[in-house]
Amino acid sequence: MPVETWLIFILSFMLIGSVAALEMKDLLSAIIAIGVVGLGVSMAFLLLQAPDLAIVQFLFEIFSVVIMVRAFIKRDYHHQTTPSNQIGKTILVIAALGAIFIFSINVFKALPPFGEPLMTTAQYYLDNCAKETGAANIVSSIVLDYRGYDTLGEVTVLFGAILGALTILRIKPGAKPDEEEKS
Amino acid sequence: MKQEPGLTIIAKTVTRISVWLIILYGIYIILHGHLSPGGGFAGGVVIALAFLNVMLTFGHETVTRWLNIDFLHDLEPACGAMYLAVGILGIAVSGSFLANFLNKGTLFNLVSSGNILVLNIIIGIKVAMGLFTVVWALALFRFDDGGEK
Repeated sequence: MPVETWLIFILSFMLIGSVAALEMKDLLSAIIAIGVVGLGVSMAFLLLQAPDLAIVQFLFEIFSVVIMVRAFIKRDYHHQTTPSNQIGKTILVIAALGAIFIFSINVFKALPPFGEPLMTTAQYYLDNCAKETGAANIVSSIVLDYRGYDTLGEVTVLFGAILGALTILRIKPGAKPDEEEKS
Repeated sequence: MKQEPGLTIIAKTVTRISVWLIILYGIYIILHGHLSPGGGFAGGVVIALAFLNVMLTFGHETVTRWLNIDFLHDLEPACGAMYLAVGILGIAVSGSFLANFLNKGTLFNLVSSGNILVLNIIIGIKVAMGLFTVVWALALFRFDDGGEK
């Protein structure tokens, strides 16, 4: 089967997962259904021949599911019952989305065919990466050599995120758990 | 007999063996970042997941007692500063920020591609320690029922 068929299959699987995550009554089941979406993205990356992204997406999905389970398992979040007179709003939203889709059909026609992008910058990297950087993995050479400044930004973002998390949780590193409970 | 924190003795015994294999795999992914798929981010997350495994199995009190959390927490901004230092060394040696000034070596060798290997190791340590710190803080955080902390 061609790649597109598998992608459509995975995409429909992810859609089912996200709808299930919205409709679940139990919070733990909803978190696991969100995990299905992330793993679907990882499999899609793998089918599109981007194993670097697939590995990172897979690991971060596991990581975030564990963190979400840890953060929400103690809480008693009850599913709020939605009022039943939502039909008018639903029809309105579907009509708006349909109008946007009809107007964007011409845009979809103008897109280049799948797998043949308009930008040909990547050809330069494919040709010159090995002799300019000496790295066999082209993704690594782009991330850390050609676009090293972007990676510095990512490192700063990660540092800021961790700083924010520690500030919100208000835990001093090195504090004993007993002292923390008393305060 | 006093109840120890964490999971059962079966899970603890399995974790004692398997966590070293997970860390080894993370180090492999970091060191082979310039040869095969992976790199600093992926390998760092693998190592952080190994620490997370230990914390889920043994409980966070034990982990806080075993590991030097202060040092691990300081390692994370230190690696960020080292990334900057490597970039500024590029200015000094080769004339541009983050220039690849080390010897490129031969293609497909483990020690090749100059700066990329060094930066992969730095990013790997930084990501591993940063995510571990977040998980550790989340494990220590106590939710109160409704009231303020």
